[in-house]
Amino acid sequence: MKKQPQVCIITVTGQDKVGIIARLATAMAEANINIIDVNQNIMEEYFVMTMAVDIEHSKLDIEQIRGVLDSIGQDMGLAITFQDQNIFKVMHRI
Amino acid sequence: MSISPEEVFETVGMTVDHHFDIRTVTLSVNLKDCMDRNIERLCGRIKKRIIEKGALLNKYADRLEHKYGIPITNRRVAVTPVSLLLEPLGRDVKYAVKIAKALDEAANKADIDFIGGFGAMVQKGATAADEALIDSIPQALSQTSRVCSFLNLASTRAGMNMNAIEKFGRILKDLAGKGENAIGCAKIAVFANVPEDNPFMAGAHQGIGEPDFAINIGISGPGVVCNVVQQNADCDLTELAEVIKKTVFKITRAGELIGRELASYMGVDFGIVDISLASTTSAGDSVAGIIEAMGVGRVGQPGSTAALALLIDAAKKGGAMASSLVGGLSGTFIPVSEDAGMIRAAKEGVLTIEKLEALTAVCSVGLDMIAVPGDTSAEVLSAIIADELAIGVVNNKTTGVRIIPVPNSKPGQIVHFGGLLGSAPIMKLAKTQNSAFVRRKGRIPPPIQSLRN
Repeated sequence: MKKQPQVCIITVTGQDKVGIIARLATAMAEANINIIDVNQNIMEEYFVMTMAVDIEHSKLDIEQIRGVLDSIGQDMGLAITFQDQNIFKVMHRI
Repeated sequence: MSISPEEVFETVGMTVDHHFDIRTVTLSVNLKDCMDRNIERLCGRIKKRIIEKGALLNKYADRLEHKYGIPITNRRVAVTPVSLLLEPLGRDVKYAVKIAKALDEAANKADIDFIGGFGAMVQKGATAADEALIDSIPQALSQTSRVCSFLNLASTRAGMNMNAIEKFGRILKDLAGKGENAIGCAKIAVFANVPEDNPFMAGAHQGIGEPDFAINIGISGPGVVCNVVQQNADCDLTELAEVIKKTVFKITRAGELIGRELASYMGVDFGIVDISLASTTSAGDSVAGIIEAMGVGRVGQPGSTAALALLIDAAKKGGAMASSLVGGLSGTFIPVSEDAGMIRAAKEGVLTIEKLEALTAVCSVGLDMIAVPGDTSAEVLSAIIADELAIGVVNNKTTGVRIIPVPNSKPGQIVHFGGLLGSAPIMKLAKTQNSAFVRRKGRIPPPIQSLRN
């Protein structure tokens, strides 16, 4: 069965440090997940990022991706969330 | 990206910081085709269906939790009113208890949090099977853990069945004596105008106008609403209504998305989204907190009823814009034991049972999770129920009562029920003899629907 296109949004917040984007991008590449947009900001040493990814061809399922992100979050002291983008569309668009 | 980072973080904040969750996904299940004159065959069919469907419900609910990152706190099943299943079996309490145990066993096996529908519609009168079910309630609810029960004792069309209301006071006393802190009483709610598609316990059941299966969703967002009210401390009440409306729109849309997707995974109908603001005992996730954030010092003080009216109306307008299939109770819950702000106000003596009754005139659910002293007589319990149901009957809306006479308890004492049921201070009741009215029994005729002033 052909996999359906599926865009998810990752958010990352926490103390800014070297290598946050690199670590996430590497994890996404290893899972064959395409990054389609990144929006990143530093507010008073606080790192805030949203990243849109297409998991259509991902080697991992959603639960496994969540596991990978959780372990990066724990290693780097970051709060990471991961949600299908439809939830944002229904809440913020009529 | 079509969604701005601000919008993304608003949604993330709702779940991470303000307790937004799907309070329940409730699968309603038709059991009418399981009926049999043989109790073993009936119970066998019930268990098979619930275990099978309940396991699927859990599997897909887990999948959606991961996909959308929004917790689904409770998974529940609502079944055909059990009194109907008893019809071919005749008036025998032991059969009703047996069905309750079969439901409990099935819910345990499927790992379903609660199973509702052990109840009857007796607003006008009771059949022999209805009577058997009502008589079985003390045994059935004290010998099971996940079964929830309901009775519809009144309606705007039929009036109030005072025979059943009088009897229920005695049933409740009997049930209260079985089990620690009268916990069984927390698992039964009695109603006027009970909705057939309510996903919330204890009143959830599968009404007779429902399809074989349907998914009904209950959302929980008092924390989210409380936060926006706090963020808008300076605006007037017109603007505040607008802010609440927009917020409830967003959380209802999230609930509907998850409900529709769950129904589609399971291959069943999507029923309704219930937009009731269901509080939890977590700090900040409180309807009382919203009322207080609006500027009423403590819930129960003057201003509380108007504030609640504004809140519910704004919630309904936002919810109705978000989903065409709003249903169930869709008001605001004010369960005393399950809401940290209500508990505090009741402890301080600001929130009394009389004020709670007034609040329910603008709030769908009625007197919910109210603990009263153990020496409250059956007649007084019946009279409290009659008062509350009269509000629903006359105003053409749903009201319910879930009241817990805790044995050996005194007013002011705190009783703990555990889990989502929370803890409640024992409410003070006026100490007067009050038995003649409910002992008259009979049926209070339905109210006139014209001459509305």
